[in-house]
Amino acid sequence: MALTMFRGIKCCPFSMYPSALVARKHVFLYCTMNNSPSQTATQDKAQANAKVSTQSKKMSKVAKDYEAIIGIETHVQLSTLTKAFCTCPYNYGSQPNSSVCPICMGLPGALPVLNSKVIEYAVRLGLALNCELSFNSKFDRKQYFYPDLPKGYQISQFDVPIATGGFIDLDLPVEFGGGHRKFGITRVHMEEDAGKLLHTGNGSFSQVDLNRAGVPLLEIVSEPDMRTGIEAAEYAAELQRMVRYLGISNGNMQEGSLRCDVNVSVRPWGQIEFGTKVEIKNLNSFSAMNRAIDFEIARQELLHSQGQADQIVQETRLWEEGAQKTVTMRKKEGLADYRYFPEPDLPAVNLTIKYVDDIRDSLPELPEMKRRRYETMGLSMQDILFLVNDMDVADFFDATIAKAADVKLAANWIMGDIAAYLKNEKLSINEVKLTPEELGELIASIKSGTISGKIGKEILFELLAKGGTVQGLIKEKDLVQACVFFYYRD
Amino acid sequence: MLLSSVQNPRLLYLQSRLSHFNFRIKSSLHTSQTLTLTPSPPPPTSQILDIRKTLLSREKTAVELAGDYLTRIQRSDPKLKSFLYVSEESVLREAEELDRKIERNEEVGPLAGVYVGVKDNICTADMPSTAGSRILENYKPAYDATAVSKMRESGAIVVGKTNMDEFGMGSSTEASAYQVTANPWDLSRVPGGSSGGSASAVSARQCVVSLGSDTGGSVRQPASFCGVVGLKPTYGRVSRYGLVAYASSLDVIGCFGSSVSDTGILLNAISGHDRHDATSSRREVPDFTSQFISKDILDSKPLKGLRVGVIRETLDEGVDAEIVMSIRAAVSHLEELGCTVTEVSLPSFSLGLPAYYILASSESSSNLSRYDGVRYGNQCESEELNSLYENTRAHGFGSEVKRRILMGTYALSAGYYDAYYKRAQQVRTLVRKSFKSALDENDILISPAAPSAAYKIGEKKDDPLAMYAGDIMTVNVNLAGLPALVLPCGLVEGGPAGLPVGLQMIGAAFDEEKLLKVGHIFEQTLQDCCFVPPIAADN
Repeated sequence: MALTMFRGIKCCPFSMYPSALVARKHVFLYCTMNNSPSQTATQDKAQANAKVSTQSKKMSKVAKDYEAIIGIETHVQLSTLTKAFCTCPYNYGSQPNSSVCPICMGLPGALPVLNSKVIEYAVRLGLALNCELSFNSKFDRKQYFYPDLPKGYQISQFDVPIATGGFIDLDLPVEFGGGHRKFGITRVHMEEDAGKLLHTGNGSFSQVDLNRAGVPLLEIVSEPDMRTGIEAAEYAAELQRMVRYLGISNGNMQEGSLRCDVNVSVRPWGQIEFGTKVEIKNLNSFSAMNRAIDFEIARQELLHSQGQADQIVQETRLWEEGAQKTVTMRKKEGLADYRYFPEPDLPAVNLTIKYVDDIRDSLPELPEMKRRRYETMGLSMQDILFLVNDMDVADFFDATIAKAADVKLAANWIMGDIAAYLKNEKLSINEVKLTPEELGELIASIKSGTISGKIGKEILFELLAKGGTVQGLIKEKDLVQACVFFYYRD
Repeated sequence: MLLSSVQNPRLLYLQSRLSHFNFRIKSSLHTSQTLTLTPSPPPPTSQILDIRKTLLSREKTAVELAGDYLTRIQRSDPKLKSFLYVSEESVLREAEELDRKIERNEEVGPLAGVYVGVKDNICTADMPSTAGSRILENYKPAYDATAVSKMRESGAIVVGKTNMDEFGMGSSTEASAYQVTANPWDLSRVPGGSSGGSASAVSARQCVVSLGSDTGGSVRQPASFCGVVGLKPTYGRVSRYGLVAYASSLDVIGCFGSSVSDTGILLNAISGHDRHDATSSRREVPDFTSQFISKDILDSKPLKGLRVGVIRETLDEGVDAEIVMSIRAAVSHLEELGCTVTEVSLPSFSLGLPAYYILASSESSSNLSRYDGVRYGNQCESEELNSLYENTRAHGFGSEVKRRILMGTYALSAGYYDAYYKRAQQVRTLVRKSFKSALDENDILISPAAPSAAYKIGEKKDDPLAMYAGDIMTVNVNLAGLPALVLPCGLVEGGPAGLPVGLQMIGAAFDEEKLLKVGHIFEQTLQDCCFVPPIAADN
């Protein structure tokens, strides 16, 4: 089939693309960012903090007179086995146009058929974001021309999104002053991804890779509730945790599985109307989000304070990682008319109460629930945020304390020696030989005095690297503390 | 599905009927009412069943039959131009394969040895599929449309691709980017459209049956113009996968045959749910031919109790008087068969035409966006992206297609959406409701298939509004998604041998079975009409 499919395709060069196309180049090339995929939001912040503080110094004078308003549109690529409307699999980084078919290439006569997993995942996220679900929803066509859009329209949702009116809870990191936040979610809707353009080095022609075309996305639109870069970055980080907890996406920013477009405007304190908003793209890490937003706020505040607020125009700006600043990508020439209308090739999406209830019952414990539970267990917010950041770590912790291990000690072991080991060995917690049961046993053995803390550490590294049981290792290495012998002799 | 009316297994019946033809045409142009002195010609028989008998009785081989059809195409197509592409090589190869199968006494499908024409907007993997457009010149699809693969699984042999108005946008086949097809009844007239090539090919016996597509009457109107049977199934009955989209919520693939039985047999083969088309119905598919009753065993009132509603608005002003007379005669014929015929009014009828043109244009403006020259089809070299799009589409599309893209783009634009698209959707709901209530009172509704018989080539080409107005009889049925059968019911003055008139029968959703049953009885009992055009006799 693969062979015949290519008969119809001509991933064709179009010579001398316009300047807009050149500028757009950067938007699509997420892969040029060099953040390691394993970074966490918290690690990001530490670096961010230093840079922001220098920049904010010069702005500190004007900053208190203005208020920034930030809203975020996030695209989450769903980790379904096949694309949204055809049976092609999607694997990031595969050979260009190796995972395409008549449907995702938009060949004449091909029709979309919805992958039901997309609805399931959308409902999962809608519920997790405390949204109201639309039991009778539909798909619409969003129409525009671009070479990465094979059909000339994107199948999306317009006036009846699958979920609306939710919120997301999060706790800011302690190093940023801490505090609980609740940000509104305007809507969540389902749509398909576009392909990718590959530009040749000399710029004489471009090529289209349609592997990504038709991959399911959820677009999450926030209320304009964020006020600072760190709030925005934390919002995105919490969304990432959520989609990973829900198992609906790998949430990987470097691969483009989680993409954030940020709208920033600034207004004088007390003013009711919003200022002119500017959209920022090319944000490939939480740290970049944080820095880009704070830069943009400072830029706009400066213009306001100099009486040049009219210089702030509705436009899309790009974050330039090298220069650490935002630059104009394209000015908006009036509102784009996407000529939305209901997609006639797909029937309406109707949910039943039972379908939704079954999904609700299958939801895992979400990050916010975990944080509140750990809080009641007496853990500090710093510990809580560390543990909850990665669901596998949190699960490991939960399994450890399920065996009645001391909560604080378990947290310390996981965040201390185990985390250090994982970092050194570049492993995830699921890849080590140590089981939560044995960690519990280890903690219990130290607490009861069977072994010393120092020996416990030695055993820990054995367990991490080779596995085995605490009891086995104690016997094998004859590590029982001397005092215990005295005790028995008594 | 045995038809005992199939008495003459040989294809000679064509000639035998034609011998009566020219003689009678002068005395009886309109209907069955005028009696002639000659013995009545036999009613149309199923060519599909004839072929089956011929092949299985070893009277002729499939290769010989293929030769007959190919020769007929070679002779008549230079005049008719029904086909955009004829695949002689694959036809002979597939015929040889079939002959080997028959020789080995293997089971053959219900369409074995049936030579089919396929409208050029239905994808065929081994033949170009251009949808009559320059923008898809030489485009060869990567796959067979579901309807085509189903036909092939049933043993059908695809002869070639038939001419059509570009992307189905037109009612005369004059909007084809390649050629104008002539009406087999009168070469100076249009065959109708947009499936004009499929209709004229069946009419001129260039193929046994053919596939067309019907978005606003594109199967039924050419069937009427060419004197063949045309069936537009219920929306969702036949998969649209592989049908080049014009207006997705209205498009259906339909069937042409020279008899009702052939049309039913073809529908049997292509119907059913398809997992590649989310709008295809999961309803069970009955055997559409099981209800056919042989003429010999019909009682005197075979349609006793059948409630037939004549749509009043379709016999009003603007419809040729001769057409009205033909339909009135068909009504009398139905009454003779035992039907109770009453007039029904569909108040929303006249609203259907503008609503149709808004909805169809809107959807087409979107469906045709994919022809941008980037991945397939003709591409115009350009210096930058926007001019690549502009040049490719400016040169690739014909003027009617551009007109509809413009209208549709306008109707969907911000600020106009509510006044046009949304309003038209509301009209569509009204149309659906009025059909529903009319069909609650009646088993079937009848109307002409077109307000006139075939007109002259060029007559309406430069008057798009006149061309659009000709679709008044058919578009409402698409808006309601209902099935409709068109079959020839009479001849009117015009051309060397008269021009056929089609009777449209509209049924409730998914009730093609009833339409075919009634249509079959009507056809088998219709007196003194023979719908074989002169050109088929010449060959």
